[in-house]
Amino acid sequence: MTAYLLKRLIIAAVTLVLASMVVFAVMEILPGDPARLMLGFNASADQVELLRNQMGLNAPFVLRYLHWASGLLSLDFGRSYTYSVPVIDLVRERVVVSLPLALIALALSTAIAIPVGVFSAGRQGRAGDALAMGAAQLGVAVPNFWFALMLIYLFAVWLRLVPAGGFPGWSAGAWPAVKSLLLPAVALALPQAAILARVARSALIEVLNEDYIRTARAKGLPYRAVLWRHALRNAMIPVLTILGLQFAFLLAGTIIIENVFYLPGLGRLVLQAINQRDLIVVESIVMLLVAAVIAVNLLVDFSYAVVDPRLRGRQ
Amino acid sequence: MSLLEIENLSLAIGETPILKDVDLAIAPSEVVGLVGESGSGKSMTALTVMRLLPHLARTNGRVTFDGIDILGASEDQMCALRGDDIGMVFQEPMTALNPVKTIGEQVAEGIRWHTKAGRAEAEERARKMLDRVGLPEAKFPLSRYPHELSGGQRQRVVIAIACALKPKLLIADEPTTALDVVLQAQILDLLRDLVAENRMGLLLISHDLAVVTEMADRLTILRRGEVMGAGDTARTLSDQFHPYTRELALASMHVPARPKTHLAGSAKPLLEVESVSRDYPGRRKSLFRPAEPIRAVNDVSLTIEPAQSVALVGRSGCGKSTLARMILALDKPTAGAIRFRGETITGKAEAELKPARRDMQVVFQDPYGSFDPRQKVEKLVAEPLHLLEKQPARAERREMVAHALDEVGLGPSDMDKYPHEFSGGQRQRLSIARAIITRPKLVVADEPVSALDVSIRAQILDLFAELNQKLGIAYLFITHDLTVARAMSDEVLVMHEGKIVERGRTADVLDNPRSEAAQALVSAAPDLHRAIARRLQEQG
Repeated sequence: MTAYLLKRLIIAAVTLVLASMVVFAVMEILPGDPARLMLGFNASADQVELLRNQMGLNAPFVLRYLHWASGLLSLDFGRSYTYSVPVIDLVRERVVVSLPLALIALALSTAIAIPVGVFSAGRQGRAGDALAMGAAQLGVAVPNFWFALMLIYLFAVWLRLVPAGGFPGWSAGAWPAVKSLLLPAVALALPQAAILARVARSALIEVLNEDYIRTARAKGLPYRAVLWRHALRNAMIPVLTILGLQFAFLLAGTIIIENVFYLPGLGRLVLQAINQRDLIVVESIVMLLVAAVIAVNLLVDFSYAVVDPRLRGRQ
Repeated sequence: MSLLEIENLSLAIGETPILKDVDLAIAPSEVVGLVGESGSGKSMTALTVMRLLPHLARTNGRVTFDGIDILGASEDQMCALRGDDIGMVFQEPMTALNPVKTIGEQVAEGIRWHTKAGRAEAEERARKMLDRVGLPEAKFPLSRYPHELSGGQRQRVVIAIACALKPKLLIADEPTTALDVVLQAQILDLLRDLVAENRMGLLLISHDLAVVTEMADRLTILRRGEVMGAGDTARTLSDQFHPYTRELALASMHVPARPKTHLAGSAKPLLEVESVSRDYPGRRKSLFRPAEPIRAVNDVSLTIEPAQSVALVGRSGCGKSTLARMILALDKPTAGAIRFRGETITGKAEAELKPARRDMQVVFQDPYGSFDPRQKVEKLVAEPLHLLEKQPARAERREMVAHALDEVGLGPSDMDKYPHEFSGGQRQRLSIARAIITRPKLVVADEPVSALDVSIRAQILDLFAELNQKLGIAYLFITHDLTVARAMSDEVLVMHEGKIVERGRTADVLDNPRSEAAQALVSAAPDLHRAIARRLQEQG
């Protein structure tokens, strides 16, 4: 068990380092000089050069990477070129919107997908299954921003249950804050849930044909009990894999959804930073997202070992 | 009164009739054997009693268990019967247990479900049951997972699940077919004891007449869903009044004619294996210490001469398949050398192996898994031809394939078919056609008939014998089935825990085994003659 976990941990760390190199290198070759942007186009070449020296932009590439990377480790992301505040402050302000949004969406998509998958697998080929999978097909096909617009129209404009956009801040109380995250989370979760439900269904159907399902039936367990007790846990491995992979798409989705719902999250911050050539903010946020995806996949790897004793080895 | 009574049972799945007017009865503490070839409807009969048939199945007739009308019972009634009054054991122990649950959970689950006992009490009963089936607590705590157990041990767990609540009827569907003969004998003993202890009725389903004869008081023979014969075991078999029963009995004891036997020492060896060993990396116990290797094959030497047929027998896991893979140059020995026609093949590059591969072919156990289902027979059988120096033209290739098919008893029109259009026996013929198309000097056959029915098996053995006599092909038969070894080989090698412990002429070794491993194999192997004789003697 420890050997397996240690191996996964090392792989995750190496991936993180490689990803940071790629992110840094890509930002380097992008056009646009931050010093020139900050000073405006009327600044003289000397002024720009002076600022470049101050910002450390003239140091050799490797040194700058090491400086940036060691900063990351102590959560020192540098200063934003446009806002002239530490990037970490910007991030801290926004992450309290984006992280709850992503987590609610992830929880929601799992909570929808697993029961739908079990329901469909238990009624394979019958009307209920066809209906559920038809809905899932629709969920896969429709993009989340369109879902978002429809949800706004239905729940905010028509039923007036939730705000159409904006975020009151956590200081306004937990419920108003969560309420304003509900629609965006649903919009994010539905397409993910659709894919996950299909994966769960097909994994379950495959497992239901295994010999040990027959053994469980021969024990006298009713079909439903066999499905939940024996089949589901075995079907979790492919479901977890897809869940981990989907997390990256979920994060990408938040950038779009935050703009649709006018939420002050990381997604909106990164979009603004790109427009303003605020490279250091872009770099920092991309690294955060990369780290989040790697962390979630590490969690998935760990949960494999929880689900499947064969990965744990002898204790 | 009968415990289980099946009257005029007919079964169809969709439009396909599976069973026709089947009658069968079992009394308490009686063992009834249900015998038949694959597709005869044995398993479907069992699943009807359990009411675990596939969705589209339609049944007709009467099945009464302990006064309950099974076909008319509700699903809730059936759930109450299954695992409580009726237990079932399946063929494939490797896949019959849930890999993510401990053996304790799996045995206790049925107990808790039926008796509403608490966890602790159910686990205590599960513990007792596991002790009873020969899995003592010291080595097999409840917290073990299935993957930590061998096939024989897993089958014991399955039996523990089925018998945990002392069922009135146990249905065992080919319970020992996937196990080697020694394990088979142990599992059969266990079943026999459980029947005696609990006055349990046992429906034993098997394709193996010898196994059923050793176990069953009465037997029923099925063929294509119809009962061909039923009655007292010894009398049914010794009279052999029904032609099909007779046919089955003869086929299971079939020995192909091989007038030219080949004795060792008469020619230069074709294959020489010299002190070959093979290590596999073991499981790491600590991060910082290298794992201790497992020695699968340990200092093995053997020779095979041209046209000689040698059987390599041993229990499962003894290293016989690893040895075969090294002979075929599919795996590299850790130590030692293998020479084929005087040339060393160990450590050679793939390109240099071509001539050796041409003269050395293989037939595998599973005729279903060894063909690409999307390719036509012509391409499949012609596959080894790429080993030839000069690639034959298309017309010539078709001719060679047609000839090879003819030699194994198939027609040239079969060339354009796909593998799924053939039966298991025909597929094994295709494997043999593929193996002999390059006119090899040696064919390694890994359990080539153990997946086949007795009558098909007899035909395939005949084919092997004929090719040996006509083409002078030498064989290395890898098998755990001593009847195959006896029928097909000039010499027998007995392998045990990676070593060859006995070698000699087939009849000598099998009639007077000297090593302990060989004695264990011979005494555990079911033998139809012996079993019938013993039955008759018991009855006087």
